[in-house]
This record gives sequence, structure tokens and C-alpha cells, in this order.
Amino acid sequence: MKTLRRLLLLLFVVALLLAAWLMLRSGSAPVSRQASRIDAATLKDPALIAKGEYLALVGDCVACHTAQGGARFAGGRVTATPFGDIPAPNLTPDAKTGLGDWSFEDFWQALHSGKGRHGELLYPAFSYTSYTKVSQDDALAIYAYLQSLPPVQQATGPLGLKFPYNVRSSLNAWRALYFKEGVYQPDSTKSAAWNRGAYLVQGLGHCNECHITRDALGGMRSDQSLSGGQIPVQNWYAPDLSTQANGGLEGWSEQDIVNLLKTGQSNKGTAFGPMADVVARSTQHMDEDDLRAIATYLQSLPARAPAPAPELPFDTKSLVNQGTKVYAQQCAGCHGKDGKGIAGVYPPLDGNSSVNEPTGINAIRVVLLGGFPPVTAGNSRPYSMPPFAQSLSDNEVASVVSYIRQAWSNKAAPLRADDVSKYRHTPVD
Amino acid sequence: MDTNAKLSQARSTALRCLFHIAMVALLLALSTVHAAEDQAASAVPDTIQQRVASCAACHGAHGEGSPQSGFFPRLAGKPEGYLARQLKDFQDGLRKYGPMEYTVRHLSPQYMQEIATYFAQQQVPYSRSPVPRISAETLQRGESLALKGDAARQIPACVSCHGTQLTGVQPNIPGLVGLPYDYLSSQLGSWRTKTRATVAPDCMALVANRLSDSDISAVSAWLASHELPSDLHAQPAGSITPPLPCGVLGATGDGA
Repeated sequence: MKTLRRLLLLLFVVALLLAAWLMLRSGSAPVSRQASRIDAATLKDPALIAKGEYLALVGDCVACHTAQGGARFAGGRVTATPFGDIPAPNLTPDAKTGLGDWSFEDFWQALHSGKGRHGELLYPAFSYTSYTKVSQDDALAIYAYLQSLPPVQQATGPLGLKFPYNVRSSLNAWRALYFKEGVYQPDSTKSAAWNRGAYLVQGLGHCNECHITRDALGGMRSDQSLSGGQIPVQNWYAPDLSTQANGGLEGWSEQDIVNLLKTGQSNKGTAFGPMADVVARSTQHMDEDDLRAIATYLQSLPARAPAPAPELPFDTKSLVNQGTKVYAQQCAGCHGKDGKGIAGVYPPLDGNSSVNEPTGINAIRVVLLGGFPPVTAGNSRPYSMPPFAQSLSDNEVASVVSYIRQAWSNKAAPLRADDVSKYRHTPVD
Repeated sequence: MDTNAKLSQARSTALRCLFHIAMVALLLALSTVHAAEDQAASAVPDTIQQRVASCAACHGAHGEGSPQSGFFPRLAGKPEGYLARQLKDFQDGLRKYGPMEYTVRHLSPQYMQEIATYFAQQQVPYSRSPVPRISAETLQRGESLALKGDAARQIPACVSCHGTQLTGVQPNIPGLVGLPYDYLSSQLGSWRTKTRATVAPDCMALVANRLSDSDISAVSAWLASHELPSDLHAQPAGSITPPLPCGVLGATGDGA
């Protein structure tokens, strides 16, 4: 009797857990390609595929969905996050390892709602927080393009997330806090160009995924959109894209913005680090009209209240004096004593948003790494900058960066040698 | 007004006049200096040498490398196909070295080719680098590996690919003489740890993995101390038949 009662109790508990699991799991069956409302002939439309190819460039899908030296769109690049490593899946139409069995409905559910084929919640390393704004027509074009690619069999590596982040249902809470599903709604009080720019910046371009400060849970506050932030793990600073002075796009003309996105260079600054990737793979291929639309939208972003002047935590006079000397010896030859650079060749440092960004990471890393601006059709043989990692000490780098951040019209906080040593390693991916 | 006063007035007028002339001259002089500076600044040489300042910081303006430390390899005079291949291998992550991978990540194939050609054309005298003290026996082993190989362990001689004088073969095989011991031994090691690889079939990876640790020291020491031939240019293209299939020489498959 006792045993039977125990068994029944066990059964009850198991049934309860099963019911709870069934209720909680957000599963749903995939839509088969045959049952899709999109027929196979539609997907073969060359105009639709061409449109999708362009939009996939705008979205820079290839950046995450291609491993270093790997087949395009076949996945494999790992995005490192503070919560663990997330490999990007294979987007080619391979039935086993890619999107070969995915219907448009499945694809739309991923892009728009951040859910996988079986309704599983996707990790927001896949930027559906932005892609949810993409229209269904555009999503269809991208889907048609991806389905037109040669299939590549390449399985996606395992997620490298630790508990509790490896429990997908924990994303329910994250989504409640940070994810608002919905296609971009045009603002009828604004111009068509402005709306196109906003659509591209907020949606496919997913600019806000980097150009914002994320909180401890990796979430983004909507009132801080595009106000700049340190990219987690990669540790570059994606500057404020508003018309903010000292670190934002104050003084950038529409043409400056278009030039940077088109060629990687402008009179106000040069793309480097992760933004060089974006220009090389994505924005240089965008239509002039779309680039102008983006500029129109960015130039409408109001400057935020200026941050209070940083309190100097230490006596910076001797540091800046030393930096003045290093600058004269190592930097002035190209960037000029006046920090104005040489138009079309070497970027200005005076008023440069990456010099003035709050953390100083960008200036430190550029001094350490040097390197080439992105190679683009508009700048196919760029002039490069020497790295100084091998020749300047932490203290010398701190001094010259502190000098640059306070020289001319710049008003950013000085840095210490400790700040430099943190960024001595090279960020490759 | 007396004569003295008149004289003194005339003198002060003259002085003022001279002062003005001096000032104008000074300003003119300064402005020409400034203009000259501006001109110098705006006239950035439109040369590949100027464009590759990023490479020159470590490898030297003419690709001379750092022969004393052996850390930054010489690029000057290496075959251009070989140099272009290395850039591509860094780009694809086959060769692992953060600063190089970062530097070349956006370069187009055309630009990498242009950079490779520039360094391949540089003529820089070779300089000798320090070689660790090593026994005569080990040096002999090194010489034997370089010139004859070790048939028992399927190790081809260095000369069978890298040229009879070990000065390389156009356009894809680098020379081995005149390179520092530290550089040579670390490259052989990195083939074994897979931080240096190239397109399959990766023949050099096979060879490096057949070498023992002491073989690596021996052959690196012999190569680094070997007397330099009078002509250090790479042999002409097609002048060797490699004993192994090599992806860098156009072979396909996995080489197994």
C-alpha cells in the first residue's frame, strides 16, 4: 500500500512537472516549405534575389555568419559575449546544417520575433532587437537571396554559454525587459529620406547594437539609442552618433557621413576597428540615396545634455608635457601640429569623435595597433598608420593619448598607464 | 624746435620706419616658412612606401626586418608570390599572429599583391644574426638535413624545394639562408603547433612534423650560420620539382 501511494505521488509530481514544462515551453512546429504561402517560383525571381543581395549587404549578415577564411554565409564565426560564446549558424540552403528546410514563415519568425524554427527563443547576439523593424517584403527578399546561395554543409558549433544563460527560457525575462517586436512605423511628420534613414539605421543596419551602452544583462535602454557605448568583450568604443559635441557627430556635414560610410574616410575621421569591418563589407556597397538618407536621419538626432567635465583624478601636468613631446616626435608628421591631419590622407585628431569618446579605448588601441583604413572602391590603396605597441611604453602611450584628448578643441579626460596595459592584446575577432 | 630736437625726431621716425620694415620682413619670412611647411604637409608622397608605414614600423622601411632579435622577419627580396600568400594566410587565420591578422584584415587581393611586390623588389644587404653555441655534431646533423634530408623518416632535404643555394625559388618558395636562428626555429615550431599553416596540402607542415625537436635546432642553426652565397636572389620559376604535393605550388587534395 505504502509503495503504491509513493508511486502515485511520484506520478503526480512527474505529471505536474510535465504539464508545467508543456505550458512554459514556447515551442511551435515549423512550417514546411511545401506548406509555405511563398511558392518556389517567387523565390527564383532574379529581381527579388538581387534586392535581397543588396539588403543582406546593408544588414552585413556576412560579418557574423562567416568564419575567418570560411565560406560566405556558412556560419561559424563566434560572437564572444559577457555571458559566453555564441557561434553564428549556417545561412546557406543546406538541408542538414543550413536553412535548406526553412520556409519563409520560419525565417520571418526568426528575424521578426527572435524565435527559431521550433519556437525556441533565440539569443539576442542575433540582433532581432533591431531586425524586428525590417518589413516583410524586405525579409522575403533576403530569404530568397539566401536560398539562392550554393549550399555549404557546415554544422554550427555548440553554444558556449554557462548557467543560467544556457537555459533558453531565461530569455523570456530578457525579452520582457528589452525586446519590443514590431516593424518600423514611418513618422509622417518627417521626410521620406529621414524615414528611410531611420528604417535602415534602426532596422537592418542594426547600428544601435554597438552604438549604445549595454547594461549588466546586455540590455539596451530605448532612451539611450545611438548615444555610444563600449562594445562588450571586443572593447572598442562605438561613438555617439547624435550631433553631440566632443565625441558625437557635431560639425559633420551630410557629405562627411556619406564619405565615411562610402570610402572609410572623411574630413572628420576615418573608420577603424569594428567600423572598418562594417564599411568594408557593408556600407561601401550601399546606394548613394540610402547613405544620404542615413546621414539625414543621424543629423536629426539632437545633441544630449553635455556630460559634466571629468574630474581629474591625478596631476596630469607632467603626463601631458611628456605627451606633447611624444606627439611632436611620432604623430605630428602625419596628423600635423594643429591636429588637423591631411585631407584625404591622414585623419584629423582635433574634434575627432573617436579621440573624444569617454573611455579613451579607441585612441589607445589605434596608437598601439596602427593599421590600414578599410580598402574600398573609393579608397583602394589607403595610407596606413604605424603601430606603436612595440616601440612606446604604457606610460608614453598614456601621455600622448592624454595630450591628444586635451589639445586643440578636444576636451576628454586624460588616461593613465594602467588604462593602456589593459588593451595591449590584439583584438582579432 | 631746435636742431637737436629735429634730429632726434628724424632719428626716431627712421627707427620706426626701420622697425616696421623689419616686422614686415619677419612676417613675410614666417609666412613663407609656414607656406613651405603647408606645402610639405600636403605633399604626402604618392608612393607605396609611404602607404605601408604600418608594415615599416616593425619590418623596416625596406623590409629589412630585425635581424638582431629575429622577431620581425625580413621581407626584402623574398619571392612576391610567397609574400602575397603570407598576407592572405594571415587574413584567413591560417597563420596566427594577432597584430598581423589585424593589420591585413581588410586588404584587397590587389593591394596585398602590390605590397608584396614592393617588398619583393627591395634589395637590402643580409646581415648575420647570433647563433646559439651548438656542438659540431649537431651542426653536422643540420647540414645533413638541409642538403640530403633523412630518407628513413621521409624528410626531404631543404634544398629539394628551397633551391640548390637555399635562396628560394620564384615565385612562391622563400629562401632559408641569411635568416636568424630564432626566426627559423620558431617557424618550424609554429608549423607543429598549427599557428602557421597554409592551403592544403600543407607540405611544410608535414615536413615540420617529421622533424624532432633536436632536428629543428640543428637545421635552424646550420641554416643561420651557413655562409651566404654570392647571389642571394631566388632561383627562376620552374627550376625545381618538389618531392611532395604542395598547395602553395598549385597541388590540390589533402596531401595525405
